[in-house]
Amino acid sequence: MKPAILIVAMSAIGSAMLAGSALADTTGKKIAFSNNYAGNSWRQAMLKSYDIVTKKAVADKVVAAADVFTTADKEVPTQAAQIQNLILQGYDAIVINASSPDALNGAIKQACDAGIVVVSFDGIVSEPCAYRVVVDFKDMGKQEVAQMAKFQPKGGNLLEIRGLAGTSIDEAIHNGILEGVKDHPEFKIVGSVTGDWDQTTAQKAVATVLPSLPEVVGVVDQGGDGYGAAQAFAAAGKPRPTIIMGNRQDELEWWKEQKAKDGYTTWSASIAPGVSTLAFWVAQQVLDGKKVPHDLLVPYLAFTQADFEAELPKIPKGSVASHEYTQQDAIDAIKANMK
Amino acid sequence: MTAKSSVAARPAFMPFGKTDSPRLLRALLPALSLALVLLAIAWLNQRAISYFGFTLMLNLAIPIALATVAQMFIITGNDLDLSIGAFVGFVGCVTATWLRDTPILGILTLLGCVGVYAALGALIHWRNLPSIVVTLGMNFVWQGLAVLLLPKPGGRAPDWLLASMSVKPPLVPFPVLAALIIAAVTYFGLMRTSYGAILRGSGGNATAIGRAGWSLLKAKIVLYACAGLFGVLSGLSLIGITTSGDANIGNGYTLLSIAGVILGGGEFVGGRVSPIGAVIGALTLALAASPLLTFMHLPPDWQVAANGAILIVVLAARALISRREVEQ
Repeated sequence: MKPAILIVAMSAIGSAMLAGSALADTTGKKIAFSNNYAGNSWRQAMLKSYDIVTKKAVADKVVAAADVFTTADKEVPTQAAQIQNLILQGYDAIVINASSPDALNGAIKQACDAGIVVVSFDGIVSEPCAYRVVVDFKDMGKQEVAQMAKFQPKGGNLLEIRGLAGTSIDEAIHNGILEGVKDHPEFKIVGSVTGDWDQTTAQKAVATVLPSLPEVVGVVDQGGDGYGAAQAFAAAGKPRPTIIMGNRQDELEWWKEQKAKDGYTTWSASIAPGVSTLAFWVAQQVLDGKKVPHDLLVPYLAFTQADFEAELPKIPKGSVASHEYTQQDAIDAIKANMK
Repeated sequence: MTAKSSVAARPAFMPFGKTDSPRLLRALLPALSLALVLLAIAWLNQRAISYFGFTLMLNLAIPIALATVAQMFIITGNDLDLSIGAFVGFVGCVTATWLRDTPILGILTLLGCVGVYAALGALIHWRNLPSIVVTLGMNFVWQGLAVLLLPKPGGRAPDWLLASMSVKPPLVPFPVLAALIIAAVTYFGLMRTSYGAILRGSGGNATAIGRAGWSLLKAKIVLYACAGLFGVLSGLSLIGITTSGDANIGNGYTLLSIAGVILGGGEFVGGRVSPIGAVIGALTLALAASPLLTFMHLPPDWQVAANGAILIVVLAARALISRREVEQ
């Protein structure tokens, strides 16, 4: 009799434990967000998306807490100190947009050693123990040229607008564009300027180089620079080329005006600021005990002639299109990266 | 402004103790503000007050303390160094690249850096140039060199440096021990030796020191060389902690080091500095800026402003006490 009861009791406990692990195991876990900069529209949109998603996650008791910490300056040591303080605070995971890919490794390693899950995105960290959520910028660059081939089937001269020099993102998009041009030899890049992902900088840079260029059929860029380029072409009285857009509100607005005028077609792509929420869910999945590869390649956010106008009213003035990811998105992204 | 000049007119070095209470308070203020910040941290997060906690919270304060001491030497000579942050960044780049790959070249470069600082001191004295202009120029030079050496973040600290920055001494956390040593060494050198008094005098009352037959040129060179030396130590320790370099890593140190000296009881008029105060000031700044804020759970929009507000409160308390001291 007694052993039988024991077995029943054991199996009851066992099934209770199983049931527990099948549900979210992360109810008691705390996730912190270490952010090094909040001073532009993209970062503001990033924080806003994060706030929306994590507030709901906390309310639904998926996690116990999801706090955001922004450093006062863009300095590396400040963020390193911040990470160390988050370790002391007893967080279970840290989602981070890092100020330097390498110089935070000391602090990141300390966090890993303390058993904390570190997930980096946008500004990623190279420390092997951390997870990296990387947007496929190279493919984005390649796709720009592929899309351009659809709009300009005869080919022709292209102007390239580069981003902030020395960043990995600029490098990746640029390489993607070069690869795209290799696949589409009908295009030739005749000029390259630095636009720093900023409309005014791009406008000035394009205006300076325009008089010396042959006729340009298309502009391949990195986002945040398309509207500036359009202004520069208009001011110089040059024919309007096909300008790839970067999901900024002013860019899509201009596209809409042009489309209404004469059916202008182009394509728009950029990294969604809401990728912060994807990083959050990835951290949650790791805490949940799921097996997750340390490098996750996730798609960028693109809009076409058919769907950009539906998105436009949702973007605040001066901001950029975002997308809040769900837990399911993270699970799908993890599955897609498992080989 | 009359208050300021009456402060300057006083003898630069005074033993504290038998004097009136505001002066004592002023000497104790750096320690008091540090205690206050520590109390607040203990109240907010008890886990932080432990061996592990102090090691984590204070290890990035070591490079700040060293940079502050470097700045203190310059302020002693009645000058101001606006290049110390970029200099620390450059030293960091040398440490993460040459010092690891070609140690001899690295060591020579770092020694050369101290030499450049000494030469700057000589130049400033010789041509009677304003130090702010010279060091602001050097700021761009150091930054340019750092970017040349390490165009994008990377490199790795030498293993001996990594090992020495992560020692775990018994009982006392390493950063606390390091701070005590830095404070003791500079206090003894600047406040307790006779040449230290000359150095302070060269900033406080250059004419008198010059008339007494001491070389002001030599004093300036020694002060700047000391600043260069501590700047190098700051860069080394910083890279020892972060493990890898970045050309912009030290940029924030220029203002932090100046604030640290002032918070620690120093004055912009030369000669009136306190090495122990400067080290405590650097620790207070490091703690108030980051751990305290992190533990307070402020909404992100307010964090940046709160950081500034804490600095203003701490510095205002100092100014208030200094004024009372003058009034008495």
